[in-house]
Amino acid sequence: MMNEEKVIIFQLKDEEYAVPVQHVKSIERMQPITRIPRTASFVKGVINLRGVVTPIIDLRSRFEIEEVSHTDTTRIIIVSVGTIEAGLIVDAANDVIDLDKESIEPPPEVVGGVDAEYIRGVAKIEKRLLILLDLVKVLNPEKLDVQPVKESIQ
Amino acid sequence: MEMTQYLDIFIEESKEHLQSINQQALLLEKSPGELSIVNEIFRSAHTLKGMSATMGYEDLANLTHCMENVLDAIRNNKLEVSSSVLDVLFASLDHLEAMVVEISEGGSGKRDVTDTVKELEALEKGEISQTIQAESKNAAGSLQDYDQYEKQIIIQSKEQGFHAYELSISLREDCILKAARVYMVFEVIEQIGEIIKTLPAVDMLETEQFGTHFTLSILTKESAENVKERILKVSEIDAVEVIDIKADQLNISSNSENEENNKLVHQEVSPQPVKNGEAQQASNTSSSGKTIRVNIERLDQLMNLFEELVIDRGRLEEISKSLKSLELNETVERMSRVSGDLQNIILTMRMVPVEQVFNRFPRMIRGLAKDLGKKVNLEIVGAETELDRTVIDEIGDPLVHLLRNSIDHGIENPEVRSSKGKNETGTIYLRAFHSGNHVFIEIQDDGAGINKQKVLSKAIENGILTKEISENLTDKQCFELLFASGFSTADVVSDISGRGVGLDVVKNKIESLGGSIAVDSTEGSGTIFSIQLPLTLSIMSVMLVEISREKYAIPLSSIIETAIIRQEEILSAHNQKVIDFRGKVVPLVNMKDIFEVPGSTESNLHVPVVVVRKGDKMAALVVDSFIGQQEIVLKSLGQYLTSVFAISGATILGDGQVALILDCNALIK
Repeated sequence: MMNEEKVIIFQLKDEEYAVPVQHVKSIERMQPITRIPRTASFVKGVINLRGVVTPIIDLRSRFEIEEVSHTDTTRIIIVSVGTIEAGLIVDAANDVIDLDKESIEPPPEVVGGVDAEYIRGVAKIEKRLLILLDLVKVLNPEKLDVQPVKESIQ
Repeated sequence: MEMTQYLDIFIEESKEHLQSINQQALLLEKSPGELSIVNEIFRSAHTLKGMSATMGYEDLANLTHCMENVLDAIRNNKLEVSSSVLDVLFASLDHLEAMVVEISEGGSGKRDVTDTVKELEALEKGEISQTIQAESKNAAGSLQDYDQYEKQIIIQSKEQGFHAYELSISLREDCILKAARVYMVFEVIEQIGEIIKTLPAVDMLETEQFGTHFTLSILTKESAENVKERILKVSEIDAVEVIDIKADQLNISSNSENEENNKLVHQEVSPQPVKNGEAQQASNTSSSGKTIRVNIERLDQLMNLFEELVIDRGRLEEISKSLKSLELNETVERMSRVSGDLQNIILTMRMVPVEQVFNRFPRMIRGLAKDLGKKVNLEIVGAETELDRTVIDEIGDPLVHLLRNSIDHGIENPEVRSSKGKNETGTIYLRAFHSGNHVFIEIQDDGAGINKQKVLSKAIENGILTKEISENLTDKQCFELLFASGFSTADVVSDISGRGVGLDVVKNKIESLGGSIAVDSTEGSGTIFSIQLPLTLSIMSVMLVEISREKYAIPLSSIIETAIIRQEEILSAHNQKVIDFRGKVVPLVNMKDIFEVPGSTESNLHVPVVVVRKGDKMAALVVDSFIGQQEIVLKSLGQYLTSVFAISGATILGDGQVALILDCNALIK
């Protein structure tokens, strides 16, 4: 049992990604997002998550995969890492599995367009290839890359 | 035992005890002969010692123990309260505070306190050597200090027909194997009863770390005579004195019972009468009543849930209006009323007396006055005034700044004061009071006041204003200059009027809290800083505006007015669009551009603007339409989005949508 890790699996483009279940607070359907001006382009804005204002990140945009319009299967995965809580927009989220830790391999340089930096490893299960995300890196606020602030009025 | 769950309580309570010791020590300084104050300090120190020992913070416990010994010496008239004693006491308090802070930050609470411990021990011993008589009597005879647990045992055993004795045993001077004698005495007593406490502690007895006396507290059914006889049978015992411990004696020294027993829910003990009336009024005016400690996060959760309810209430109101059912209407109205009351209660739950901040100032003033060689008396008025927890957390630093300012530059040296015919001791008043929807905090000193000419010349020198303008300034406008940002280089300014050490920072902080600060001064007789703060930060009055299809909230505190201007009124100056607003040229800020709001920019004949201010500067924000004034609940954007340009937070509107709150301070530079 110790060697297994429960992960939530979600989809981005053609790839399947996994995040540990203990970081996932809930999975929400799409809902209206309030845009926040002059933030990084992958920060889509904030939503009202049962009274808590929660930032939303588009993972496609975060990983520089071309963006698509949202569909019925689009989900927001609310994750929390340390004191940071945020929602990740993904194409679909529909699976929870127990992952044998021994099946996790170190990440190759680039998987499905995502820099190895954000990847903890990959796991091959039967014919599926799961990409394990490093949420701490994905949610690193220092990488927020806020647009340069325009000169405001003097 | 798992301690982490008690850690928060430990830290909170330690801070409270330290605060109380601090306060009482300051009182003691004013009336050194007042033993009731010493007792008060002793109790707090004792509780603190017990707590830290239980939690395993040895250094903390040791230092408090040494402190306790000194206090005990004072209490028993063996040591006089002098300023050197107080200095050491305060030094130990500094250490204790640092340790508690370290623990609260996740540290181990370890700290090198040997110097202070030595000083404390020296104090204790220094006196003891002069009064050996008293010392020996103490070691042998006086009633020991029992903790709560021991008292309970004694009282209960007495009820069951046991006797409680204190045995003070003296060994013969020439006794060689002291530990062996102690062991034999223990043997004897264990046959007839039980030992509940020893002085010194057992391990010290076993390692012979004592003179010729030691004291035991025992429970037994034997008579005093019998006990004495049995012990005297042990060889090399010189004398045994048996004292009956009386139950009522125990109670006298056990006033701290409340604190110790009711760790979580405690009834506030009414303050001990203290001679110094004013000081007492300042520090102990909290009303009695039962209180409960609640984590602020839980209150936030409650608030969040409650807001959900308010949003649903809004929807229900809409539905009931469209359905026009009388019964539904009535129910919804009732619900609205009840939830309105609920909201008030939840908000007041977050209110805490400003005392929590004020409490640390007397100590600070004492230190500062000492360092600067001035004589200062701090008078605190209205410490019971309540403010929202979030404001309380933020207001401390600005106040420290202003107080430092008053004492550093306001209050003159004693010689200067007496030469001016003033009392040598300067007075700083720190007042807090409610007025309407605001809380005012005033810092007033009877010092030198502000020299208007020096302020003006400095301002001209720094290029803040021109000579021509300076000639027409009113006093008030002149003092306002102190808050200008170019005015804040400490050493330059302190050698002229002295005022203005980083006051712009203070002003910004207070404005970021939605408050304002003003200063007034009369040269020669003092200065008064007056701070106005909103009662709470969690609820705010805003103007909701629409920019394209996005809604933004602008805090009313920064709005001067709203207006609709015609296109032809918009002028251009240096590529910057401006308007003439009541004779003043105000730059126009197009929010759509600043916020890069998607949507086409259509030019209307009439442009709605919101005129906002930051200090004296103004800007007119161009929006698409005004929605209206509203009370909103302030929400943070969370840990991820920490520094978003010109947005200070968010709120949830009645329809469940999030609207962003504009930070006008960031828009105007």
